[in-house]
Amino acid sequence: MNTNGDNRRNAAWPAIHFTVNGESRTVQVPPMKRLLDVLREDLRLTGTKEGCGEGECGSCSVRMNGELVNSCLVPVLQADGADIQTVEGLSLKGELHPLQQAFLQHGGAQCGICTPGMLMAGAQLLAHTPHPGTGEIREALAGNLCRCTGFMHIFESMSAAADGLNEEQAKERGSKETHDAR
Amino acid sequence: MRGNAAMHDLVAPGSVTAVLNLLAQEPGIWTPIAGGTELMVAFSAGRLKAAKLVSLWGIAELRSIAATEEWISIGAAATFLDLRRHDLITSEFPLLARAASWIGSIANQGRATLGGNLVNGSPAADSSPALLAYDAEIEMISVRGTRRVSYWEFHTGYKRNVLAQDELLYAIRLPRRFGRHRHYLRKVGTRRAMAIAKVALGATTQMEESAVKEVRLGAASLAPYPVRLFAVERALLGKTVTREVLREAQSALLAEIKPIDDIRSTEEYRRRVAVNLLGEFLYELLHGGSSA
Repeated sequence: MNTNGDNRRNAAWPAIHFTVNGESRTVQVPPMKRLLDVLREDLRLTGTKEGCGEGECGSCSVRMNGELVNSCLVPVLQADGADIQTVEGLSLKGELHPLQQAFLQHGGAQCGICTPGMLMAGAQLLAHTPHPGTGEIREALAGNLCRCTGFMHIFESMSAAADGLNEEQAKERGSKETHDAR
Repeated sequence: MRGNAAMHDLVAPGSVTAVLNLLAQEPGIWTPIAGGTELMVAFSAGRLKAAKLVSLWGIAELRSIAATEEWISIGAAATFLDLRRHDLITSEFPLLARAASWIGSIANQGRATLGGNLVNGSPAADSSPALLAYDAEIEMISVRGTRRVSYWEFHTGYKRNVLAQDELLYAIRLPRRFGRHRHYLRKVGTRRAMAIAKVALGATTQMEESAVKEVRLGAASLAPYPVRLFAVERALLGKTVTREVLREAQSALLAEIKPIDDIRSTEEYRRRVAVNLLGEFLYELLHGGSSA
């Protein structure tokens, strides 16, 4: 569904600059357009999904300036100057992020709609807490709904990814430099 | 109906002064937006009435948490994650840090702001019982200057408050005098994560011998807006908590509250839960407990 309304460029709209997955991008769109719609429609990054459109389901989760956000609740003007990471930016040079590998191995993905959001919530957790406890994993995933897996496979994938990170990887995933290098 | 972005204007002037000038030039025209966790929901659903919005996101002054010897001043646009990560908040105002952890998900907490929670004015606002228990003060600013009110005076009705059209909620100030108090906070909702409170009760207490020397009680969802329970406080002050005092406090509570009937719960259920929470609070006061 298109929330852009008039798709033609309007000179009154501001040019908004930000970085997506390490790449510098500029869009000229209505400043209230949702970051979610800008990512999907203007930048054709359709990995980020819309679920509820009201910040309850977490399907549209992306990372903005190192924090997890629901991109359906971010007017794109507030992303001006931001550093944004979407699910497309998780793999590095074609190599899957340890979380993506773990989701494959442990059946963390079924229909796939919630998966990008789950991965981003997981990436956010591991960036701050490389070796999370079960309570921390539960809290990190509490804002992401899944209607297929019953959550246990996702939880197991998260635990496995965290267990699999060695000290160097854990450090690396937390550093801004690596993100910028993607 | 989905919202149409082209129908709304949004500007980000980038400083408090510039925002205040805008609010003063066209009072009632501009709607401030911080983390967007309320307004963007309304926008997506096509029910956002505001045609012109002014962004508070990214104004560092509004997001700062500053301490003096006597006060902690929390910028209105500080997020709930900011609160959870701040050492002075977690150590001296643990109820506020705990309430912050109850708000939505991590993604919501990184965007939703303390000021937004108050201005939105939900009767169920998670941060309100803690702020009432800590005797918070609200600082408002406009081109005309700043003024302060006690937080319990801020809400004046359902989704109504004392802010003038040209005013911005600037900061929430907490007096640093609760280090030795007992702290109590309990929220009853449908599930642990992402749920809105059916009833919540927060309290700070200081005992002298076995008598209640000082007590402040704040409640969510027991009136059309978050309220201090002054009558209950009066029923407890100076008393040793006995069965009779408990009964008197519970009667005072039932007389003082006006819970709402809504999709989340009935008035009757809220009354019963409120009475039970007051009982739990007083029990923990006497016997100690995890949340007291």
